[in-house]
Amino acid sequence: MVKLTQRLGGLVLRFAAFCAALGAVIAMITSRERSSFFVLSLVAKYSDLAAFKYFVIANAIVSVYSFLVLFLPKESLLWKFVVVLDLMVTMLLTSSLSAAVAVAQVGKRGNANAGWLPICGQVPRFCDQITGALIAGLVALVLYVFLLIFSIHHVVDPFLLRKS
Amino acid sequence: MAGGKTVLAGGNTKSWKLLLGLRIFAFMATLAAAIVMALNKETKTLVVATIGTVPIKATLTAKFQHTPAFVFFVIANVMASFHNLLMIALQIFSPKLEHKGLHVLSIAILDMLNATLVSAAANAAVFVAELGKNGNKHAKWNKVCDRFATYCDHGAGALIAAFAGVILMILVSGVSISRLLFNSNKFSTTKAPATATDVP
Repeated sequence: MVKLTQRLGGLVLRFAAFCAALGAVIAMITSRERSSFFVLSLVAKYSDLAAFKYFVIANAIVSVYSFLVLFLPKESLLWKFVVVLDLMVTMLLTSSLSAAVAVAQVGKRGNANAGWLPICGQVPRFCDQITGALIAGLVALVLYVFLLIFSIHHVVDPFLLRKS
Repeated sequence: MAGGKTVLAGGNTKSWKLLLGLRIFAFMATLAAAIVMALNKETKTLVVATIGTVPIKATLTAKFQHTPAFVFFVIANVMASFHNLLMIALQIFSPKLEHKGLHVLSIAILDMLNATLVSAAANAAVFVAELGKNGNKHAKWNKVCDRFATYCDHGAGALIAAFAGVILMILVSGVSISRLLFNSNKFSTTKAPATATDVP
């Protein structure tokens, strides 16, 4: 009974992480805004910035991976491999989120010392959607940290709770 | 008798030596990255405008504190090198404690957390540095590196050291997790270990 709730908890967490990563990808891809001042027209897309492209690619990989692991049977030997892959995926998520946040912060506040002006004033809806995508990425990251601890517990039993 | 419990904790097993070596390199890499980025500063006098025939010069400084991503980079690398230093000290001076399950688990988890931290810091810094090097036409952000070449070069060196630190921290986490696996396998079987097997 305990094992069933554990397995169900793991599945729910992974499905939630899959949804969060997928949401982050979709929110960032559909963020596109055109702003025009005088005769100049500026189109802001996520692909203008390399960090956002990396964020989209990383979260897409994570959502595909979580979808595949959802179908892994319980007694399979691949769970040891899943621990390693979970660690890699968590690192991928943190690095992509951290890069995207760093670049988005420059876009929002600018950098007075480098002479870079903030762009959020001209494309506010774009900025809001990017913020939403980053929050979804953060949720996926937190869920994956829990999942990592869960996978380790599943494979290793470090507190020796299971009787052999 | 002594074969079971102390073979994991002893100072002459292969995984102990491997872990110590990897940790020393990771400590040096993250410390080097933190120091090089923290001392990164360049001052230059540039011509900013010309009124008639008189050029107006301004003295501009490029410091790492100007960019929040670099500040996070320095702080995260300092934290990771401090963690590695602590773990090295723990490994050298108290090998007896290591066979308890919670101890090995917390070392593995801390290693993973620090690996993730260093990777996040290095990545954020690299993307912001790429913005500084190439600029961005869409957002009308100018390049910084053509005017402050030494600043950019030192920053690039710090980034390379940090990425070496990331790879080393991943290896350290891998070895810690395998020690955790070995430790729990050793104690979850109730047979007494007859032969002292070396940790693979």
